[in-house]
Amino acid sequence: MRLIILEDADVVADWAARFVLQRITQFAPGPGRRFVLGLPTGGTPLGMYRRLIQFHKEGRLSFQYVTTFNMDEYVGLPRDHPESYHYYMWNEFFKHIDIDPAQAHVLDGNAPDLVLECTRFERLIAQAGGVRLFVGGIGPDGHIAFNEPGSSLVSRTRVKTLAYDTLEANKRFFGNDISKVPRQALTVGVGTVMDAREVMILITGAHKALALAKAVEEGVNHMWTVSAFQQHAQTLFVCDEDATQELRVKTVKYFKALSDEHQKMIEGAPAGEALVLH
Amino acid sequence: MKGNSLIRIHECFILRNGKIIKEDLWIRNGVIVNPEQVFYLEQVEADITIKAFENLIIAPGFIDIQINGGWGIDFSYDSENVEEGVKTVAQKLLAHGVTSFCPTMVTSDKDKYAKILPKIKKSQGGRDGATVLGVHLEGPFICPAKKGAHADQYIRNPDKGLESLEEVYGSLDNVNIVTIAPELPGALDAIKGLTSKGIKVALGHSSASLAQGEEGVKSGANLITHLFNAMLPFHHRDPGLVGLLASATDKQVYYGIISDGIHTHPAALRIACRTNKEGLVLVSDAFAAQGLADGSYRIGPMAVSVENGRAYVAGTKTLCGSTTALDECVRTFKESIGCTLEYALEAASLHPAKALGIDHKKGNLNFGCDADFVVLNPTTLKVMSTWIAGEMVFIDEDISNIE
Repeated sequence: MRLIILEDADVVADWAARFVLQRITQFAPGPGRRFVLGLPTGGTPLGMYRRLIQFHKEGRLSFQYVTTFNMDEYVGLPRDHPESYHYYMWNEFFKHIDIDPAQAHVLDGNAPDLVLECTRFERLIAQAGGVRLFVGGIGPDGHIAFNEPGSSLVSRTRVKTLAYDTLEANKRFFGNDISKVPRQALTVGVGTVMDAREVMILITGAHKALALAKAVEEGVNHMWTVSAFQQHAQTLFVCDEDATQELRVKTVKYFKALSDEHQKMIEGAPAGEALVLH
Repeated sequence: MKGNSLIRIHECFILRNGKIIKEDLWIRNGVIVNPEQVFYLEQVEADITIKAFENLIIAPGFIDIQINGGWGIDFSYDSENVEEGVKTVAQKLLAHGVTSFCPTMVTSDKDKYAKILPKIKKSQGGRDGATVLGVHLEGPFICPAKKGAHADQYIRNPDKGLESLEEVYGSLDNVNIVTIAPELPGALDAIKGLTSKGIKVALGHSSASLAQGEEGVKSGANLITHLFNAMLPFHHRDPGLVGLLASATDKQVYYGIISDGIHTHPAALRIACRTNKEGLVLVSDAFAAQGLADGSYRIGPMAVSVENGRAYVAGTKTLCGSTTALDECVRTFKESIGCTLEYALEAASLHPAKALGIDHKKGNLNFGCDADFVVLNPTTLKVMSTWIAGEMVFIDEDISNIE
């Protein structure tokens, strides 16, 4: 497990985007050789998407041979509802890049048979050869995708009833009316993400500090589902200074001492050297 | 470009839901499509991506509900070759971003209605010209004291309601709007009769008190013809038709405004706009001299002289009609009242569409609406291109190659 501590959320967004650029470029996708990317939604990855769009517009990155799988989607929310993850992905990412629409997979929360939709999604991931890089964010309670506290750490893609806390936290997106917040979601399982060859988890802001500490300093625990990634062969936690507030000084110092090593992970990325990273 | 191609107009500033946003416009089969749906459900990409309009503004096509003619054509007078006349104007309007219009006939002899009205048919626009939504009949059922440039001798009362109108006009099949003075005997019955046939009624050329105006609205009228002009001036004890902008009736009343910089003072425009924001409809009220030089013209039976772009009834100082097309009215309006660009554009598109009850199809760029739109230069608001039902019907010579 690597923990990469960067100055602030903007630097995290830039670093994450350059890491994705680096991994796709290195893989050299082409006809019959697709790069499979897992993607999150929410506020944390927004900056990363904007940088990736910029790379695309500058001609440095093509998604023509990239296949994507999104982590989750609400159940029963119309596809074009501004809070649906379809809407988010289209407006914040897909419409700006050259991805093949048939290769951009988002769970269908309006499918007639939701269980079937979840198995279909797992099968599609398997058919694509598994996810090479899964990018994720976490909630303040340490959940990854909609795998809320108490979720099985070997779970697969499934229908999940949302915790009251999540409904309460999300009602601000639904006119502060908790009855309008969808009560169920489809989500990839912890096990689904664990199967990815590489995982990058973005954590920014002081309100995520406790979750980060639980994820990296304490034992694997299904009450903090993201802690499962301690046992993943290639996981990166990328966080900002604010998110380190609950970590031990020893932990922060240890990972900061490795920052030169971490920097090398994105240096293969061409151009854009004007941006100095810390 | 075939009609069923999926066209993506790349990175423009689109007027949608009252806001100008950086967005692509997707069209197919003559209507605006939801690209998110195309992406996820059909999983296809655009057949054609147009980049020539990048960073330009795309607004719904302008809708002119009061236009008497232009380029030498007078809809109320030229009873020979009516179709050709309408076609000429419809064609010329494309360069002004007008995608739909209501050819307007002023007070005329019964004989003129018989000759002209059946020949101005509602028609879908295209390369040959803007869509004809139906005729706007302004008079002869108006108040003689507020006749403006209308000919005295033809003005009459609708004593027998709708029957009186049909006696003068003949068939109402081609009619979309009738301007009528609500205080005339039989007028309220006529308004009820017209609106029950789906024809919109505008109140105007009238000496009506506010109470009479409100009766008109209760009977079905939802428009006021060229507010402030040809009606009683605002009075604080009886504000007249102008008072309808703030009356207690819960119905939205729309009002035409000629914003050529001549007919209405900017302060009066601001008063109207602040009182009843959603109801303001820009109209050109243009006549034959539109697009031509100063000189002698006519509106129906009246001789008109144009001096410095101002049209007067010949030998008088009575203002009549304008010589300004709707795109110019939008620019003048925005400058003179200092409103947002969004509002000025909606006043010439969404508001008239709502007044006519066609805003589910026209006057906005929502998904499923007709792909009638105008491409504008963001600073000068010059019309760069005009589209009707997904087809490009006008392109400015500054944009040579669009694909």
